[in-house]
Amino acid sequence: MPAAQPAPLTLVPPAAEPAPRTIVDIRNLTLTYQAADHPVYALSDVSLSIAKGDFISLIGPSGCGKTTLMRVVADLEQPTSGEVTVNGMTPEQARLKRAYGYVFQAPALYPWRTVERNVTLPLEIMGLPKAERQQRAREQLELVGLSGFERKFPWQLSGGMQQRVSIARALAFNPDLLLMDEPFGALDEITRDHLNLQLTRLWLGTRKTCIFVTHSIAEAVFLSTRIVVMSPRPGRILDVIDCDGDLPRERTLDIRESPEFQRIAHRVREGLMEGHSYDD
Amino acid sequence: MKRPTMALPQMAHSDMAPWPLVMLAAPLLPFAGLDGTTLFLPQLPIALALFAVTIATILGRRLPGSALGEALLLLAGVASAYAAPLVLLKEGYGLAQAGGLWVYLAGATLLLWRVLALLAMVSGPARLAGPALFGLALVMLWEILTRGFQVPTILLPPPSTVLSAFAVHAADLWDDFRQTVLVSVLRGYLIGCGAGFLVAILADRVPFLARGLLPLGNLASAVPVVGIAPIMVMWFGFDWQSKAAVIVVMTFFPMLINTLAGLQSAERIQLDLMRSYGAGYWRTLAMLRLPCALPFLFNGLKINSTLALIGAIVAEFFGTPVVGMGFRISTQVARMNLDVVWATIAVAALTGSLLYGALALAERRVTAWHPSLRKR
Repeated sequence: MPAAQPAPLTLVPPAAEPAPRTIVDIRNLTLTYQAADHPVYALSDVSLSIAKGDFISLIGPSGCGKTTLMRVVADLEQPTSGEVTVNGMTPEQARLKRAYGYVFQAPALYPWRTVERNVTLPLEIMGLPKAERQQRAREQLELVGLSGFERKFPWQLSGGMQQRVSIARALAFNPDLLLMDEPFGALDEITRDHLNLQLTRLWLGTRKTCIFVTHSIAEAVFLSTRIVVMSPRPGRILDVIDCDGDLPRERTLDIRESPEFQRIAHRVREGLMEGHSYDD
Repeated sequence: MKRPTMALPQMAHSDMAPWPLVMLAAPLLPFAGLDGTTLFLPQLPIALALFAVTIATILGRRLPGSALGEALLLLAGVASAYAAPLVLLKEGYGLAQAGGLWVYLAGATLLLWRVLALLAMVSGPARLAGPALFGLALVMLWEILTRGFQVPTILLPPPSTVLSAFAVHAADLWDDFRQTVLVSVLRGYLIGCGAGFLVAILADRVPFLARGLLPLGNLASAVPVVGIAPIMVMWFGFDWQSKAAVIVVMTFFPMLINTLAGLQSAERIQLDLMRSYGAGYWRTLAMLRLPCALPFLFNGLKINSTLALIGAIVAEFFGTPVVGMGFRISTQVARMNLDVVWATIAVAALTGSLLYGALALAERRVTAWHPSLRKR
């Protein structure tokens, strides 16, 4: 069960922690597929290692392969070459062991199920008894601030609330790894700020490893311990920026005004420009 | 009675179109005929009384002070107008040349228009009376016109004759209903829809099957039912099996095509979600793809409910164990007993709409989440 209490992490700088366990290890990953007339290099020789408790943002313009990279980790896409391990297993084994929760660009809720039964969906598949399913759904919905909406149908909620239900659903079976693919991309800025704040608290409280795809620089800097800047044609990693040394783990929205934040944001932008992201 | 706006009571009392007043021309024209002499309104005391009632209701329409009251009052006027030709016919008068009576009736029908408009404004159960009155008025006009103009019953019998045929032939009609609907249609429908559904699930797993079956489906749906029905009777005999076979041929492909489309309707992202949970084929089918397919399934079931009835009746034209709706229609037409034919048609139409209605109701309950039905 996720501990609701944030660990007192701010006292211990992350560098002083014992060597953190690697959760996701990506080595020389290449993924090409054949378009109508020419091969497309969605990912080219990508290597990345993600430690337990990390919050990694993948940022880059559309077509840079950030979603593809995450889908390979989730075993929703097959790489052409290279090696990926998740918790020391192949992505397929990890998927079948339900090692990760995936939050999609759209909420992907089932309209014939109530909010509660959407959250219990993975628990039903895992074969948990009904009482425990309901108990967990209640906890997770409370965590994302949706207590009292159990009996509603998804289409009776706003877009932001629907996306929070999908986060609760991803958390419900308590995976160590949370994969989020532009979960707030379709929301307005105020809702997005609010959800970012909730997400960073959730992450601090549960100590899950998160991989987060975004194309918002502010969102990436605000949430992450490390930012992976990617570039398209072929999809590759340009820069990996460590935020943990400069920014505290516990963050508020004010932090975005600080010089450290601005410096990291600037470096991300430089990286994106270097990859000619602003060409067109 | 509560009125939603201030404008309504005014509308209910002032805005009556003048058209029903064409009936004021009625006394100037012949109202009935008897043994070659034409009679006018003053010579027919009963008709005069009914005419006076209608005019009185029009004049007094503002008295009740509500839309419902006015509707009821005017309805009494319409009823007496519709009663006039029936009463005159009963007394032996001829109506074919009675221009005045028909003008009176036309005016009364326009008055009914106003009654229906008033009822549409009313809230509550009285609102439902509108459609029922509309249907009743159509049947009344059918009765009055067929009898007034002495339409041969071979062409179109009046509803009263059809109704009495119901009473006289009730046992036959029930036997026909049992044979055609409860035996042939029900079995054929269940077999056809069930097979279509199961083959669709199979074809969804085995792509070449779908590719091979779909063109065949187009072909089968273009086959005329009158073409295959006699062949099925030769293959499967006179009893329900041949009717069920025709129904299966007619319903199998609509169900197959709808189910296939429904199974394809789950979104990529919803499927990815199931995959991310490590859910297998059957679990994904039960928890995602079949619920997604439900609106499509109901579409197929509704289309097939009417197709099945048509198929059974047509197939019975080509041989039955001397019972069944199709058998009744074909034999009674040959004997010129058109009243029984119409009674059978009424049973078939009623059965078809009840089947369809029941399915539509079930759909509303089961797929209330679908965008076309959802309520916030």
